[in-house]
Amino acid sequence: MLKVLKSGFFTTIQDLGRFGYRDIGVPISGAMDTDSVKKANLLLENDPNAAVLEITMTGPTLQFDAPTAICLSGANISATLNNIPVENYQVVQVSSGDILSYGKLEAGLRGYLAVKGGFLTEKVLQSRSQYFPVTSKKRIKDGDGIPYEKAAYSPMISEVKIENHFLAKELEVFKGPEFDILSDTQLADIFSKPFTVSKENNRMAYQLKEVIPGHEVSMLTSGTLPGTVQFTPAGRLIILMKDGQTTGGYPRVLQLSEQAMDILAQKKMGDKLSFRLV
Amino acid sequence: MKSYPITIKPFGERAILIEWPNQVEEAILANILDFYDAFKELKLPGWEMSVAYNSLTMVCNKEHLDFEQIKKVVLDCHAKLENIKIRRAQHLWQIPVCYDLEFGIDLEEVAKKLELSIEELILQHTSHQYVVYGIGFLPGFMYLGGLPQTLEIPRRAEPRLQVAKGSVGLAGKQTGIYPQDSPGGWNIIGNCPVNLFNPKLKEPCFIKVGDKIQFQQISKAEYDLHKIEGEVGIYKPEKTELNA
Repeated sequence: MLKVLKSGFFTTIQDLGRFGYRDIGVPISGAMDTDSVKKANLLLENDPNAAVLEITMTGPTLQFDAPTAICLSGANISATLNNIPVENYQVVQVSSGDILSYGKLEAGLRGYLAVKGGFLTEKVLQSRSQYFPVTSKKRIKDGDGIPYEKAAYSPMISEVKIENHFLAKELEVFKGPEFDILSDTQLADIFSKPFTVSKENNRMAYQLKEVIPGHEVSMLTSGTLPGTVQFTPAGRLIILMKDGQTTGGYPRVLQLSEQAMDILAQKKMGDKLSFRLV
Repeated sequence: MKSYPITIKPFGERAILIEWPNQVEEAILANILDFYDAFKELKLPGWEMSVAYNSLTMVCNKEHLDFEQIKKVVLDCHAKLENIKIRRAQHLWQIPVCYDLEFGIDLEEVAKKLELSIEELILQHTSHQYVVYGIGFLPGFMYLGGLPQTLEIPRRAEPRLQVAKGSVGLAGKQTGIYPQDSPGGWNIIGNCPVNLFNPKLKEPCFIKVGDKIQFQQISKAEYDLHKIEGEVGIYKPEKTELNA
């Protein structure tokens, strides 16, 4: 068990998500920055879908009760193991009683903790990703015990290629289903102006702060995906994320690439970004 | 079966969107569901699909979706629908609702605005059959069509931060049930004791797109009883087969 001494700001268990239930309104969920999770699991030679902890902004304090190997990835939140700094993308051996804690957020927003064999919480609808009310809890709490198996592991892969996407500001987008409703003015605004992440940003959606000229297009509710950019009549852009609703009634003007989703997942309030059509 | 023209659009790297004529109509929904069933029969691995009114979103769980290739498969599959008849088990569900003011927190206000008595409003709400045109927004939330014009009322100016699970609401041309506690802007006229989404079951939603539902007024005592029966798993609403 991994004992949660302090849960941090918003820490959840995530794998690559819940596929096959969108017809009953269940979002895909899963890690927001998929690339970082896949790399941490790769270094531990885990299944790519092995469950990790997604740590947002302020990290938890965690105590291991059995030896294993861990790997951190994603945001740099100044992690230490028994007060000794731990680098991202390094396999680190831990012993029973070791304490992992976090400090200042240095880069990005979401950090990941992968453990050899993955965290072994209960699967609901074929996934361990926490999403209420599919899972009974929406995040981990102080005093929780998160199961993992004791393991001895010496890394075979010592390095992965890391593309540091924390510095990237440009989001690659495709045309969304209602792209054609955009006027020349709206297009010019979307593709020439920088946008800022507003304080409304979470695992469901990121709202952008700047408003562009709005519209009066009404449409029948239709499917939405992670990465769908919704355009409200008031001229606001809302980007749906991994826990986003499966249907919506606002025009879907753009669709982020999967790489752009990973970039956006590491942005926080006040960060700048721009769109580039592919 | 009657078949309608479709358009197919790419939707990011992993999905496509198929659109039928832009109308809320049972015949169009039937054509979408025929396509849904026929495509499923092809047994192509890694696809999930969701219906909403006049569209079908298809997401592929595999890397590198080839749009032109899947477009051809979709068009072929759709072209064959005219010559076949697909039999689907579709049901009409009797869904109990308690309209007591304790649950129907906006009932008095709504009745006043619609110039109906509370009894007339309940009678109208319970005397129509509503078609399930899609499930989305929240797990288990049904988009229902077929609300009589006399019950159309705009959504509340200010949404509530918390609407109770089971709340039955009216908003614009829609009526619906909140499957769990959630923020929401609909006018609440009652509460349904039936759990519409249970992730512990193999089929978390027992009502399917294409089914119909009819609301049935119940007393507070019946509400409490159904709630308890539901929790121990011995209560399920009455159903009749539609195309028997």
